[in-house]
Amino acid sequence: MAGEQGLSADSKAGLSLVAAPFAYAIVLLALPIGAIILFSFWTQDFITIDTTFTLDNYREALGGQIYRTLLGRSVIIALSVTVVTVVLAFPIAYFVSFHVKPSQKSIWLFLITIPFWTSYLIRVFLWKVILGFNGVVNSGLMGLGIIDEPVTFILYNANAVVITLAHAFAPFAILPIFVALEKIDRSLLEASQDLGETRIRTFFRVTLPLAMPGVVGATLIVFIPTIGDYVTPELVGGPSGTMIATMIQTQFLRLNNAPLGAALAILAMASVTAISLAFIWLNRRWLR
Amino acid sequence: MTDLITLKGVNKYYGDYHALRDIDLTIRQGEFFSLLGPSGCGKTTLLRTIAGFEEVTDGTLHIDGKSMKRVPANHRPTNMVFQSYAIFPHLSVAENVGFGLRKDKRLKSEKDKLIAEALEMVGLGGYGGRAAHALSGGQRQRVALARALILKPKVLLLDEPLSALDKKMREQMQVELIKLQREVGITFILVTHDQEEALVMSDRIAVMFEGRIVQMDEPEVLYRRPKDRQVAGFIGLMNFLEGKAGSHVNRAAAAPTKPAPIEVAQQGFLNRLRSQVGLAKPEPKRISHYQSGVEVEVAGLGKALVPADQIKAELHGKPCVVGIRPETLAILFEGETTDRRVTEGVVDEVVYYGDMTYYDVRIAGVEKPLTISMKNLIGRPVLEVGAKTRVAWDERALVCLAP
Repeated sequence: MAGEQGLSADSKAGLSLVAAPFAYAIVLLALPIGAIILFSFWTQDFITIDTTFTLDNYREALGGQIYRTLLGRSVIIALSVTVVTVVLAFPIAYFVSFHVKPSQKSIWLFLITIPFWTSYLIRVFLWKVILGFNGVVNSGLMGLGIIDEPVTFILYNANAVVITLAHAFAPFAILPIFVALEKIDRSLLEASQDLGETRIRTFFRVTLPLAMPGVVGATLIVFIPTIGDYVTPELVGGPSGTMIATMIQTQFLRLNNAPLGAALAILAMASVTAISLAFIWLNRRWLR
Repeated sequence: MTDLITLKGVNKYYGDYHALRDIDLTIRQGEFFSLLGPSGCGKTTLLRTIAGFEEVTDGTLHIDGKSMKRVPANHRPTNMVFQSYAIFPHLSVAENVGFGLRKDKRLKSEKDKLIAEALEMVGLGGYGGRAAHALSGGQRQRVALARALILKPKVLLLDEPLSALDKKMREQMQVELIKLQREVGITFILVTHDQEEALVMSDRIAVMFEGRIVQMDEPEVLYRRPKDRQVAGFIGLMNFLEGKAGSHVNRAAAAPTKPAPIEVAQQGFLNRLRSQVGLAKPEPKRISHYQSGVEVEVAGLGKALVPADQIKAELHGKPCVVGIRPETLAILFEGETTDRRVTEGVVDEVVYYGDMTYYDVRIAGVEKPLTISMKNLIGRPVLEVGAKTRVAWDERALVCLAP
């Protein structure tokens, strides 16, 4: 520890090592957030910014029907995406961890990351092709005679956003769950069976509780970025799939009202934080 | 005692690998039975077969008269203490111990009482509320024991349960396991690679090599009359000398003096344990006078009469290997006399253990020095390397094995 005489050589070395990342964090994380927070308390006065402190932006953001609707919809869509992604990711992670030969696990993980080889934007466009009026899904179903005319509930609405985002975030959910499953001592499963439980019961009494840290991690990794996603709702969401990010973008760039946009961004961030913390608190017993 | 577990002609293959070969085994009700062998000999596979984690490729397994074919582990009357203990890290100690009671129809308060009793039995009374992941190795093992015993299995299977503990703890747990087994009267099957552990704890031991049970006997028989060189070398230390067996002779009339009965040294540790467990110190084993045996020409020692039950009939008249335990040999210190036979030697190596000293003594006509263990009694010096000495030996302690 640094004494009163000054810093020890170790402390100095440590601080100089930390200095660069710390500066990086300040410049790229703290400063922008600080700026957004500041902006949210100012007001736009035509082309200048009025820097008197005010809560007007928050009043407007919380009072305006449109903002409330968009924020609420963003939360609901993000939650749906999270549930769909994690529920689908779990069996995949389970399969790779428990049923793939150890020597082949890395190739499986590699295959799971293949969607990341193309840009996010291109993947979203591909979903447009798949889900569209004359898209793969509709022509396929019509070719099979299952439907007579193209279904429309899969594009330009919230469903399309959920499908696209669930696909985009799948690997982020699979990997933490896989890691948690890998860490489970296999003799625990045998012990459970030895103590009289079936495989299914063993899953619910041993495997799932021990995989919970991975599930919680996956949930947060998917939920946090999804709520503020901009590209996917813009491209496949249509009017009923529009989320809060689109409104923030509109406020900043089209309506030239950065302070209101900043206030909306802060509110979105606050919702994410509140929901995430609540979720972690609910799962605290698995996270010891 | 009635038979509890019967294996007949059990074979187990993993692909081409023949893990268990023609296992015939009967384990009795209430017995403390050990499977002993080096790693990879199949002892754990055999245990897991009994537990239901491995299916036999061939042969039959009966527990308590019922065939265990296609009976999964969760329906067998066996419980296991795993090598890693397999304590559920997300549960408390009490939840771990009560894990198997879910289907038990009794009231929660009764179950809590059972759990408290089980913890008491293994010396963990009052630990129920602790988090399992905060326990030490020894405590984990006790939890694993309590968790298995609370279900009152017909058989408790122990897969190298002491190997992860330090020496002191291990010796203490050996005593506790023996006590516990006597208390609950449940059949214990222990897998171990530690011969001392097996000798100390078991009623009977099966020695396994390469998937086969080579010898199955009580500890003492196993130690004193190993079936072959492999077993002899695995259980304790043994000197091997070349020999040539002659034929059966009777020298009743010819015996010049009646040799005094000799005490076969028991291992000190075994005695200590027995007294801790409350067993009487066993009468020193005396090899009774015998007047007939097989004459064997032993390299370096000369002609000796080997007791008939220590040489197999098929070795009569053939070259053999003569085994001598280090504790049946003795260094004759200055001024000591003996009525046993004596040969001359030179100290080649001295290993001092505190209570014991192990000497390697070179004798004429034998390539490998003989290992001799001596108690460091009061007044006994520790010889130095190069010292000339006399070695007393007794023909009644010789065992002839197939070369």
